[in-house]
Amino acid sequence: MRIDCKHVWQHISAYIDGEVDEALRAEIDRHLETCEICSAVLDSTRNVVVLVADERVFELPAGFSQRLHARLDRDLELAESS
Amino acid sequence: MTASNPEFEADCIRRILAGERHLFHDLIRPCERSIYFLLMSLLRNETEAEDAAQDTAIKVYLNLKNFRGDSQFRTWVLSIARNEGLGRLRKAGTRREDSLDAETDEQTGDYTPAILTSWREVPSEALEREELGALLRKAIEGLPEIYRNVVLLRDIEEMDVRETAVALGISEGAVKVRLHRARALLQRDLAPRLEGFAPDRSKERKGFMGWFKA
Repeated sequence: MRIDCKHVWQHISAYIDGEVDEALRAEIDRHLETCEICSAVLDSTRNVVVLVADERVFELPAGFSQRLHARLDRDLELAESS
Repeated sequence: MTASNPEFEADCIRRILAGERHLFHDLIRPCERSIYFLLMSLLRNETEAEDAAQDTAIKVYLNLKNFRGDSQFRTWVLSIARNEGLGRLRKAGTRREDSLDAETDEQTGDYTPAILTSWREVPSEALEREELGALLRKAIEGLPEIYRNVVLLRDIEEMDVRETAVALGISEGAVKVRLHRARALLQRDLAPRLEGFAPDRSKERKGFMGWFKA
């Protein structure tokens, strides 16, 4: 069974996560060997996933942690006595 | 922070419940990022999200004795965070019916990718350029909420499918569908615009050192 571009795309997310079964992965790999478009689409999707996962993209506001722990210092004591 | 350590957590919880209150700081610290960003995703406002994150931490503390260990600690914490966020939205009257989530999952929409014939990898080093971070943030923030939440927990906070499903109160199937759609929308939005951040191959051939580590 040969799969077409549309089917490769449908499974692209699972493929990136290594969650497709062996048979399907082999089919997708075979398709990618000769399909420039799907290869480029896969590479770009994977690249996007890697980039958004970088912790520099989403950073906590400055002082967030200090403020949180200061609040805990205050309120945990109150919580105890209530 | 490092990945969760269930034994450390279980030990921490036991000792906190026995009276070593100060250990709660160490217990909650690895969860801070996830709590804040999930709430930011729901509330869309930094001040509100921070406020809600603090309230969440307090609620976690007060309910610590109820943690059963059925899921990972962070998952349980994020369920509390999610409920905190949803509660605030309901109070503000801005929460849409939850049934909309299910409807959106069933809708067929356009999740086709941006078609390319080649792709040059954009390295993480490119994030030193502030505009790339801004571009990525804007793309994520522009996603529909149900897709944004999933990409946040799966791709940004690197939680697995099961834990993401429990934290968001949805099925594992829904996690997978929504993640696929989130990634599809991001690729379509970003791929045409990321090309400018990829290293220039002609410079590589001339031995330009800009993108190479020393």
